[in-house]
Amino acid sequence: MSLWSRIANVFRGDRLSREIDEELQSHIEEATEQGRDPAEARRAFGAALQLREESRDAKLIPWLDSLRADAIFGWRQLKKNKVASAAAILSLALGIGACTGAFRLIDALLLRPLPVAAPEQLYALARQGVGPEGKLETFDGWAYPAFQLMRAAAKDQAELVAISYSDRTDVTYGSDQEFEKAYRQYVSGRMFSSFGLRPALGRLFTESDDVKPGGHPYAVLSYDYWAHRFGKDSKVIGRTFRMDKSLYQIVGVGPESFTGTEPGTTTDIFIPTMMHPGAVRRDSTWIRTLARVKPGVALEPLAVKLGAVSRAFEEDRAKSFTNMPEKEIENYLNQKVLLEPAARGVSDLQSDYRRPLAALAVLVALVLLIACANVANLMTAQAAARAREMALRVSIGAGRARLVQLVLLESAWLALLAAALGAAFAGWSAPLIVSMINPPDNPVHLLLPADWRVLGFGLVLTVAVTLLFGLAPALRASAIKPVSALKGGEDPHARRRLMHALVGLQTAFCFMVLFVAGLFVATFERLSHQPTGFSADRVLTLETVTESPQSPDNWEQVAEHLRGVSGVEKVAIASSALLGGWSWNNFISVNRAPPKGVLAYLLSASPGWIDAMRIPLIAGRDFRAGDTCPGSALVNQTFAKEFFNGENPVGKQFDMVFDEGGGLHFEVVGLVRDVRYRSMREPILPQAYFPFNAVDDKSALRARDYGMLIVRTSVANPLAMGSMLRREVVRARPGFRVTNVRTQTEINESHTLRECLLARLALFFGLVALLLAGVGLYGVLDYSVLQRRREIGIRMALGAQAGDVARRVTVEVFSMVLAGALAGLALGMAAVRYIESLLYQVKATDPAMLALPALAIFAAALLAALPPVIHAVQTDPLTVLRSE
Amino acid sequence: MPKPDSLQGSLDLLVLKILSRQPRLHGYAIMTSIQARSGEVLRVEEGSLYPALHRMEEAGWIRAEWVTKENGRRSRLYELTAQGQKQLAAEESRWAAVTAAINRVLRTV
Repeated sequence: MSLWSRIANVFRGDRLSREIDEELQSHIEEATEQGRDPAEARRAFGAALQLREESRDAKLIPWLDSLRADAIFGWRQLKKNKVASAAAILSLALGIGACTGAFRLIDALLLRPLPVAAPEQLYALARQGVGPEGKLETFDGWAYPAFQLMRAAAKDQAELVAISYSDRTDVTYGSDQEFEKAYRQYVSGRMFSSFGLRPALGRLFTESDDVKPGGHPYAVLSYDYWAHRFGKDSKVIGRTFRMDKSLYQIVGVGPESFTGTEPGTTTDIFIPTMMHPGAVRRDSTWIRTLARVKPGVALEPLAVKLGAVSRAFEEDRAKSFTNMPEKEIENYLNQKVLLEPAARGVSDLQSDYRRPLAALAVLVALVLLIACANVANLMTAQAAARAREMALRVSIGAGRARLVQLVLLESAWLALLAAALGAAFAGWSAPLIVSMINPPDNPVHLLLPADWRVLGFGLVLTVAVTLLFGLAPALRASAIKPVSALKGGEDPHARRRLMHALVGLQTAFCFMVLFVAGLFVATFERLSHQPTGFSADRVLTLETVTESPQSPDNWEQVAEHLRGVSGVEKVAIASSALLGGWSWNNFISVNRAPPKGVLAYLLSASPGWIDAMRIPLIAGRDFRAGDTCPGSALVNQTFAKEFFNGENPVGKQFDMVFDEGGGLHFEVVGLVRDVRYRSMREPILPQAYFPFNAVDDKSALRARDYGMLIVRTSVANPLAMGSMLRREVVRARPGFRVTNVRTQTEINESHTLRECLLARLALFFGLVALLLAGVGLYGVLDYSVLQRRREIGIRMALGAQAGDVARRVTVEVFSMVLAGALAGLALGMAAVRYIESLLYQVKATDPAMLALPALAIFAAALLAALPPVIHAVQTDPLTVLRSE
Repeated sequence: MPKPDSLQGSLDLLVLKILSRQPRLHGYAIMTSIQARSGEVLRVEEGSLYPALHRMEEAGWIRAEWVTKENGRRSRLYELTAQGQKQLAAEESRWAAVTAAINRVLRTV
């Protein structure tokens, strides 16, 4: 109670003083009434002010009181230099905000543990080995039967659970016309209890929900999905929905915090693994395996043990790999099992964005440091102007510590205001950046809570920043020698040296930021201008599914119907869109020879597909209506080079051979130009296209329930036709349904989203860094010209030329800029190897990459130096000397 | 806490004792009361009385209250708290111990 009242008294100091004074006054009056001489009574008190201070100190906490007084003084000081303070706060806010924003992203994606019991015990199983492309690859997908064997083998050391990759699928709670999208994950029945999760409603899965393939048509909804789809309706339990032609019943809702195991995706619906058609297949890797390792179990032996089980499984499977090259089988079997920490979940977003986010974090930290250097210089310059005030304070008895406190509190004000502004900036920017990660129709769901972690980071950052830019000026101010300061002396060069060093540092950081930004922008530029080989303009892809498999004739009928729609130029059918994220590959054998270890990438397409995609035909012909798969094939130039030594392949034959023996026979009917199939970065892949019309062993046409309708329109914005084409597909033939509409342009751009994001953000921060460094340079030069006015005046009076004056004023600073740029260059070169994997066709040693930041910095330096130099040159010796 | 042998210690003791006899006194009355009861021997300095009062108030031994007198002026009246009672007992016994010790020294030397 006493402590509290003393703290409270700090904040009503004026009232406290008044009360003490009043009490003393009443004492004197009392004494006078009793007949004492008023003057004598007053004198008896001695120094009333000292008495009041003594009483005050008894009633409050002196250090807190001094802190309060200094804070108020600091605030007044800030208000006095409004423009300078605002500039300092804004630049710091940008730095702090950017850092906090980056931290929020990194924390949400990479640092935050899953909301499960003992997340640190979780590991993800992955296999590492030499892949078909000859590079070391890590893959975390597993076949379900392999998982079962490993689970049994490891049961004493760890509990293994299977969790499928989250995928976006169609579900309907009503009729077929009401399909909607939902993110689904197949999970082991044991997952919820292993994670220590409790239902928010109904029940979660148990082991008994995961026994018989296809036997457990139950679903658990995520809390998030339950809230936004059903408005937290408790009657949702027992409702059914249809998905993949099966009916599922909702049995429960998961806990509020749990959104699946993939940061970046919020799972809507959990289904038991046994409901997945791949649950019994040995050749389909569709699950991730998470292991909850029991405390005290060594990881290495466990990984070896799991590796042995996995190898035995694959060896058994490999017995049937008659068509696979020896070397491939060997590489495949030699894969090592790794246990990778999974406390923070496992997702592709994590692996894709770990490095880019780290690079961005470094860039924003550098920007913050540049801003700090600016503010430090500003504070130093202000401290110079206030040297007399400080000297006076020392002379009347202020201690060094008190002066440090005074100046640091001013810095703290700047930092606090900047942090508040920065928090708003981070609050706005982090979700914006998340929304830029994926295309709008498939957004990234990253929870960005502003909780104690973010708050703590912001506070630590604010304190660090305060010390960073405030401590040096504060120590300098406190070390003042009153005698020399009051005489107007003091060594002015010491102060300037500190400022110049900071200018050098700023330039170095600025150079590095610009250099890295330049690399990212060039990467994006080159990647987005990679020729794809086809034309994406005005092309719409309609991902189409049917209720039951439909004959190729029916598919063709739908395509024909769309051709009659106004605004539609061409329609073709393919098994997938080029660059659409779906890939199908196989080994190829020419002349029945054993296949060489090169994979060909495949796609089924209807006649007219190359025309719709504007892929030029180089030789031979396009597919005709009668062509079937197996039978005819189109191949690209790289395929011809790879498998036919670059000869004209038309008329030549090849086999697509299956690992387990057998295969399909094709004759090349046409050669087409190279197009991009899977990625913008890799070299063009050898590709073969087969007719969409496939026949089985008995030459009967195969029915299909999935296809991609490729529509080339004549309108500038094809997406506007999307909903109309959806309806036309349903009208064309009942049972056909479009599940997803994307433009080919959007599909292409999705491959450069990450680079685009990096380039944009890096460029933004590069410009901010340049601006801050320019402002900083201007400030320092302006200060030094002001400080040297007398010297300049004298020199000019003695006949110094304008050029001479300008040179004198700038030479020191410019040599610091030069040194800084060189240091920045070295830093940038050293840093480049950490971001090499993010670059494309750009080298750090590229002269253009080095010249651009150098030019930008020197242009900015010249621009910043111009006003102070003009100011210096225009100094009128008479006025200056007269004013002294 | 003041050291047991300091003068401040005895000032605290005197103030507490006076207030235990006569609750609700203002500073001037406390001062004059000490003076009168000590037979005009002890004079409390205004300069030490008020800081001591404010310190004891923050320590919770005494509490103060503003009252408006009939002539419209405000004065601040002090009284002992329960904690102050305990403190008084402690101070008294310590005073007794100290004086007894001093007396012993005076007798034996």
